[in-house]
Amino acid sequence: MSRLLEIESLSLRMPWLAKRPLLDGVTLGVDAGEVVGLVGESGSGKSLTARAVLRLLPQNAEVDGRITVGDTEVLGATKADVRELRRSTVSMVFQDPRAGINPIRRIGDFLTESLRLNHGWPKDKARTRALELLQAVGLPDPERHLRQFPHELSGGMLQRVMIAGALTVEPRLLLCDEPTTALDVTTQAEILSILGRLQREQGMGMLFITHDLDLAAAVCDRVYVMYAGRIVEQSPAQALFDRPRHPYTAGLLASTPGVDADHDRLVSIPGAPLSLLQNPPGCAFAPRCAYAQDACRAEQPDLVTEGDHAVRCIRSAALRDELRGLGRHDGGAA
Amino acid sequence: MSDTPLLQVNDLRKSYLSHGTVVQAVDGVSFRLGPGESLGIVGESGSGKSTTARMLVGLEAPDSGEILVQGRALDLDRSHREARLHQARALQIVFQDPYLSLDPRVTVGGAIDAVLKLHGTGDKSARRARTLELLGQVGLGEREAGVLPRRLSGGQRQRVAIARALAVEPRVLVLDEAVSALDVSVQAQVLNLLTDIRRSTGIGLVFVSHDLAVVRYVCDEALVMRRGEVVEHRPTADLLDSPEHPYTRLLLSAVPRPGWDPDEIGRLRREAEAS
Repeated sequence: MSRLLEIESLSLRMPWLAKRPLLDGVTLGVDAGEVVGLVGESGSGKSLTARAVLRLLPQNAEVDGRITVGDTEVLGATKADVRELRRSTVSMVFQDPRAGINPIRRIGDFLTESLRLNHGWPKDKARTRALELLQAVGLPDPERHLRQFPHELSGGMLQRVMIAGALTVEPRLLLCDEPTTALDVTTQAEILSILGRLQREQGMGMLFITHDLDLAAAVCDRVYVMYAGRIVEQSPAQALFDRPRHPYTAGLLASTPGVDADHDRLVSIPGAPLSLLQNPPGCAFAPRCAYAQDACRAEQPDLVTEGDHAVRCIRSAALRDELRGLGRHDGGAA
Repeated sequence: MSDTPLLQVNDLRKSYLSHGTVVQAVDGVSFRLGPGESLGIVGESGSGKSTTARMLVGLEAPDSGEILVQGRALDLDRSHREARLHQARALQIVFQDPYLSLDPRVTVGGAIDAVLKLHGTGDKSARRARTLELLGQVGLGEREAGVLPRRLSGGQRQRVAIARALAVEPRVLVLDEAVSALDVSVQAQVLNLLTDIRRSTGIGLVFVSHDLAVVRYVCDEALVMRRGEVVEHRPTADLLDSPEHPYTRLLLSAVPRPGWDPDEIGRLRREAEAS
């Protein structure tokens, strides 16, 4: 498989806002046809990472590292090259569909605008393509939807329109930032069914951002876990949930109740995620970690790769069995 | 369950007029809740679960039906101050968004103090002591009492909202998606806190949520709502282990898990629509 997206040592600092780097040495890759999950809690940097791929960066942020999409190095590219990337190769679907569409323009304008402007298509051709796309995302009445305004559609229907919009460029890489978080569970399932089908049919690579571990396990091939701007673990999806190797991943799994099993008491992670004003010298998770030792607090651990698994924890090997006990391997979810 | 339940709801109904058509938002909801018990209300948007919660605490007036607290019917005429205060002492609510439910200009201690004052604790030092006691119950202390909400994390704010709701010693605490906006690791802390409070005080919980896993953890019983109606009401473990109604099966199948097949959901949805 060819590599579509390569992020190498991406760091992002905004010293006037945050004492710690918002992203610190993020390295990740997405192959063609692969669904890669990026999991973490609010403030972990997962959205920033995805947005950086489109060079949607906060103003004046100090950015380091390399992001390569196909042959283009995004961070150093000219404005024209970035525009070309956005209109031909990479698309993004955001959490809130209403935030990304002009409420006083019709759905049809939204969908055909980029085809006509970016690709110079005549009106009829663009319209035909828009109809095809609305059909592809499973909307019941494409002709009518083209004439409708965003407020006439429910959240789930509008998110389908946004996906159709993202597909107008026939992207090779689709970035999905919590695309179903605001939706009902049954609608979520339908949207994911559509995304999965399109992804398989077109061989797209997908970077799928979510805070929902079970969702990531269900839809992703590989998963990266972020904490406080750093990747702390990377693994094939199933193995991550069966055999977590980082105490944070294991803690997240243990603190998520399962729908198939009874729990006497959830194991919760004490404290709260690092604020922007905290920048402990060692492992960012150490203040909340039940297994932390002095060495953890002294020095930032490296991300150590072993086969298809990588983990940023100096105690990972010693804790292997203990953390495995917190995984999902014996849970009801099979 | 004792003979007189903490909370009994009989045939609660509410309709709205929307674009000229009558929408039956809540269509005959009934349930009982004993001391220290916990009832889940599950459903998707538009199911009527939030409207039910809002009627319980008097934020919406029901078209018909009864709400009995310890056997005594609430006066649902909200024009009397006494009736409102009485309902507030019986039932309190915690909302989803801890960023919207606290006044940004009032300190955490001040927010709780106002509730105590409203409900008749006249003595200032008594209120101060009670405020700290309430904050202590949710794992916060004197430091948090003096700060504005913006100094607190989402999880801490939600604890404050819980402490404020507990200030009047309500019989029942209604939680409307109260942990949905929290990060997973923090959500577990708040869920454990609710369980502890329920065990130690005998307060009843009405837990409104779309999250079946969370409901399974918190609730003894759960009812599933769709389009205003209760389609299934059973002990939570039974409900989720062997759902009887097609709609419950649909909701359950839609919960992501490894090996999950989203394509299957479409078929179940059509099946549920047909029922």
